[in-house]
Amino acid sequence: MSKNNEYLIKRGNSEYEVIIGLEVHAQVLSKSKLFSDSPTNFGAEPNTQVSLVDAAFPGMLPVINEFCIKQAVKTGIGLNAAINKKSIFDRKNYFYADLPQGYQISQYKDPIVGEGSILLDLPDGEKKVGIERLHLEQDAGKSIHDIDPQNTLVDLNRSGVALMEIVSKPDLRSPEEVNLYIKKLRSIMRYLGTCDGNMQEGSLRADVNVSIRKIGDKKLGTRCEIKNVNSIKFMQMAIEYEANRQADILEEGGSIDQETRLFDTKKNETRSMRSKEDAHDYRYFPDPDLLPLELTDDFISKIKKEIPELPDEKKKRFVDKFKLTPYEANILVSDIETSKYFEDVIKNSDIKLATNWITGELFALLNDRNLEISQSPISSKNLSSLINLIKDSTISGKIAKTVFEIMANESKDPKSIIDEKGLKQQSDPKEIEKIVDDVIKENPKNVELFKSGKDKLFGFFVGQVMKKTDGKANPKLVNDILKKKLN
Amino acid sequence: MSDIINLTLSALIDKIKNKELSSQEITKAYIARAEKSKDLNTYITTDFENAIEKAKKFDEKGNFDYELPGVPLAVKDLFCTNNLKTTAGSKILSNFIPSYESTVTQHLWDEGAILLGKLNCDEFAMGSSNETSFFGNVESPVGKKVVPGGSSGGSASALAAKLTPATIGTDTGGSIRQPASFTGTVGLKPTYGSCSRYGIVAFASSLDQAGPMTQDVSDAALMLDVISKYDLKDSTSVNFKRGDYFKSLSSNIKGKKIGIPKEYRVDGMPKEIESLWQDGITLLKKLGAKIIDISLPHTKYALPAYYIVAPAEASSNLARYDGVKYGYRSQGENLISMYENTRSEGFGDEVKRRIMIGTYVLSSGYYDAYYLKAQKIRRLIKNDFDEAYKSVDAILTPSTPSSAFNIGDKTDDPVSMYLNDIFTVPVNLSGLPAISIPAGKDKNNYPLGLQLIGKAFEEQNLLNISYSMEKELSFKNNLQDWWIK
Repeated sequence: MSKNNEYLIKRGNSEYEVIIGLEVHAQVLSKSKLFSDSPTNFGAEPNTQVSLVDAAFPGMLPVINEFCIKQAVKTGIGLNAAINKKSIFDRKNYFYADLPQGYQISQYKDPIVGEGSILLDLPDGEKKVGIERLHLEQDAGKSIHDIDPQNTLVDLNRSGVALMEIVSKPDLRSPEEVNLYIKKLRSIMRYLGTCDGNMQEGSLRADVNVSIRKIGDKKLGTRCEIKNVNSIKFMQMAIEYEANRQADILEEGGSIDQETRLFDTKKNETRSMRSKEDAHDYRYFPDPDLLPLELTDDFISKIKKEIPELPDEKKKRFVDKFKLTPYEANILVSDIETSKYFEDVIKNSDIKLATNWITGELFALLNDRNLEISQSPISSKNLSSLINLIKDSTISGKIAKTVFEIMANESKDPKSIIDEKGLKQQSDPKEIEKIVDDVIKENPKNVELFKSGKDKLFGFFVGQVMKKTDGKANPKLVNDILKKKLN
Repeated sequence: MSDIINLTLSALIDKIKNKELSSQEITKAYIARAEKSKDLNTYITTDFENAIEKAKKFDEKGNFDYELPGVPLAVKDLFCTNNLKTTAGSKILSNFIPSYESTVTQHLWDEGAILLGKLNCDEFAMGSSNETSFFGNVESPVGKKVVPGGSSGGSASALAAKLTPATIGTDTGGSIRQPASFTGTVGLKPTYGSCSRYGIVAFASSLDQAGPMTQDVSDAALMLDVISKYDLKDSTSVNFKRGDYFKSLSSNIKGKKIGIPKEYRVDGMPKEIESLWQDGITLLKKLGAKIIDISLPHTKYALPAYYIVAPAEASSNLARYDGVKYGYRSQGENLISMYENTRSEGFGDEVKRRIMIGTYVLSSGYYDAYYLKAQKIRRLIKNDFDEAYKSVDAILTPSTPSSAFNIGDKTDDPVSMYLNDIFTVPVNLSGLPAISIPAGKDKNNYPLGLQLIGKAFEEQNLLNISYSMEKELSFKNNLQDWWIK
């Protein structure tokens, strides 16, 4: 019954499947906050991006930022989700030093976006992961405990920044699926321009719900929620640890307590933060400072028109039109900048070569230098020229790698590099014939051996010719002429 | 000088415009009277020096086309005023100086008015007698040791005692109308969404509304012209076509249909209130109005619903007063104990009581039974009014079930205190406009008010009806200035 790639936790004779649901908090890409006009720049001096509204001064009132609403609707459409024409902002009440209002404005019963889905590409095919809802809410400020030994300091720059909480259905079954889910979600939001997906800056973080059940069981097990995990790697590690912890408990005849846990990235373990009994009573109620949010059909259809081609459609187009394999297409569309780069390159050059060079050499280079494709030292225009120079036999593939390396360091166009360094391919048959003759003359013994059947020596002759031409001889011509002369 | 303080707001404005009186003369007259009236405890904060300075400037190069040219005004200390302490009557904000101005007060200054100072009120506007203020009781000029009502008690007392020619208050459950009724003045609560809530210390956001408190109906119309404006900074502000209330005042109410709700004849209502109401009905008939008996069947649920909705919102609105950012802060070993000490010491008993009620009714397991049910009742009460307004233009009721009582009489019995608002809270729950006008006196010679409730956004209609009644009633407070020192 179990497939090869299924992620299962084994204990004795029992096999447990792992059920995972994610609540992703994605910062809305917006110049100003959800209910105030303060800027949202990352890394600004503490408390320099705070308005009277963000700091909850007496009598201050929230005013909804229409752009953030658009961004949420856009994201909803990108998740194939239902857009709720009426949604309500609620107050989630709790006390904390970095929560100036004493409540967070969020959406509880009536979120702006309803059910949708995301498609994951698994090795054995596609998998649809359900989206439960997406709602808008305010971020809190930040309490800083490690600057002043006596006091906690509070930075309110993030206070009031718009977040989208995107809740998945419990459809994920392994750390790898979580990896693919986050990457796909991130990719969609970056295509839409609704979230920059920058996990280092905290623009994307998740609460991870994990439960396990014996293979074949229908009923879901009791879940634990691991709060605020801020990298895919940590999410995977936390799930791994948590699933095994739960399996150990069940195997010993124990039961799982529903609780909120924290992932300790140093010790690589989750530990209890608060039990269900200690759970906050947030006393949600509709925020009387804000009217229910009502969207018109016109508003929604205008946004629909702004939706760009998304990864799934783009992948299909790349496969259908450019004859890429689904695997290649996936790699090229996963990041919108990469797909743009690819389409720029193939405007004027061979698709197959472009695919190979981008997914091969270029990715290796970027990976090596830890760069985004937008920071690539080799422009799409220059890569396109390089490919054309290979295609028209000006240079060989091997020389092209040398040229590519120089391009990576000097950001010059390949033609001037080839001219400067004299790397142009020798394609004059007469000249190559002369060199081939020389090589044959210089190696009578090997010629004998080749003729007596030692075919492998053909490579030796090619090598000798290349050596004499500093690798610049057109390899196809060298092959043809050598074959002719030796046979 | 005594002439000045006896002028209505509109009369004062005329005299300034005609250059018969200067802003300085007027400002100084009110300040002088305030200095002699300290026993009433109407002011929390005065700004007299600045006021005189501003008056001087106005006299030098002021714009006489303004609606309130050089007119000195004191306002309730619930409106945030730039650079001037704003306390909301609470210890927790006793040192709070805003760096911003409420929209409503800004409208006053933009029309040439001059701030005299901030008037006492119940703490966070929670109270019906001004006895919950951290800054002490306010006495009413109508009688020694008599409450001025609340929560805009300082405003009502100052207005009745002629310490300000007009003022503004806020009304969440009757906080403008009840003190107006107790002090023989006019108090108007506009339709919810007329006057911006921006910069007003919030009590219950879905009910709070600022409004004028004045010597007569014309003055109320004049003030409403200035403060009722659409404001993008308040999401509940409504962009409707506002009237030119003062200029459009008319005493012709022939054919107006006035509803008399039977549910307002409550058990144990004093005879004098009943006859006041009856006299009002007779007067309206005389003025050509048609009296129609109506029913507002859910009235009896209004007070309980109000005392769920208002505390619920208050418990959340007051969460920001935690000692972290501004205002009073106590010490504590850790964050939680700092919160506990700050809020225990910073809030008074009535505020704490309402925070606890509000927290309780919003708690999971109780939410549906209390908050949600109260919201349903609220809708039913609104529906009652909608139904009634199919056949009437306005509704006449007493403003309060009794006249002003003595300081200390009801402080030990919150429920009897809450019952003061029985005729006023249905209006807030429905978002409707209503006005209280002085209409008679009780056996102690304390004023009694009648309330007119109107259709949403039809303040002009309310003002016209009360204007025509006022002319016939010719109510006079005849205060003896007993408090003057």
